[in-house]
Amino acid sequence: MPPVGPRSGDAIFANVERVNAELFTLTYGAIVRQLLTDLEEVEEVNKQLDQMGYNIGIRLIDEFLAKSNVSRCVDFKETAEVIAKIGFKMFLGVTASVTNWDADGTCCSIVLEDNPLVDFVELPDTCQGLYYCNILSGVVRGALEMVSMKTEISWIRDMLRGDDAFELQVKLLKQVPEEYPYKDDE
Amino acid sequence: MAAIYSLYIINKSGGLIFYKDYGSSGRMDTNDSLRVASLWHSMHAISQQLSPISGCFGIELLQADTFDLHCFQSLTGYISLLFFFLSKKVTRMIQGTKFFVVCEPGTQHMEGLLKHIYELYTDYVLKNPFYEMEMPIRCELFDINLTQAIQKDRVALLAR
Repeated sequence: MPPVGPRSGDAIFANVERVNAELFTLTYGAIVRQLLTDLEEVEEVNKQLDQMGYNIGIRLIDEFLAKSNVSRCVDFKETAEVIAKIGFKMFLGVTASVTNWDADGTCCSIVLEDNPLVDFVELPDTCQGLYYCNILSGVVRGALEMVSMKTEISWIRDMLRGDDAFELQVKLLKQVPEEYPYKDDE
Repeated sequence: MAAIYSLYIINKSGGLIFYKDYGSSGRMDTNDSLRVASLWHSMHAISQQLSPISGCFGIELLQADTFDLHCFQSLTGYISLLFFFLSKKVTRMIQGTKFFVVCEPGTQHMEGLLKHIYELYTDYVLKNPFYEMEMPIRCELFDINLTQAIQKDRVALLAR
């Protein structure tokens, strides 16, 4: 029988097949480099990375739900904690923390101290506007959209730009109610 | 003796994207399986509306004289608009991907099997870059692993 209740991020991470971290980092680097060559504009690359992340996210969410046994979250606060503690651990092997909640609980920051994507990266002067890890924000956005939460995600801090951590600001725009009472006749 | 008659996967809008039957009894032709899928999709939605208690997410088990139907619905989904003739109201509802097995009455541990099939679906269907979301599933790796899972389940049943 499957275990009842959510599994910890560590337990899932230990159980799934993984690739060499260096191969992963280098592969991602190669993708970003190729996008820069193909699209030329840094802004376009940011957009493309976000779109790629979104496409991953809308599929990844099912794997996350299938393997983590997480059920419905009661509020957005719990959702953010689950992403940071279980989601990031399960797929990236790092744990993130959630801070900077606003008063009405619809906007928060996910802080990554450690990020395997940037192990060998130094941003050159020509790419200063690049959000190198923009794929991550796309993944989170796509995944949340599939569980009926529209979000807007932006980078607040980026280690490649000299900050001390990676900080993703997640802003909940619209949540579609899943339970009664439905808002009828809209 | 086959405990499981057939397996269906239906997408968020109620289309049949995977159907397979096991064993000699309970076989259906393509038209009938499509009909079952769309009927089940609607019944599942109606059950959510009929529930007197809020927070109902649809039928999980249907028991009949000659078969049991176990259903698992994923948490991911789109909002679909449903029109109800009785109340003349349009209602929004979350519809996820549904997995259901039709099996002999009283077959045990189907929830576990469905959960496992969901995992296989995320691994071998969703991760296949050439699979388009919501389209019929034609993935060989999924077929192979699914057959293994069902066989294992059968062996476990015989051993019990």
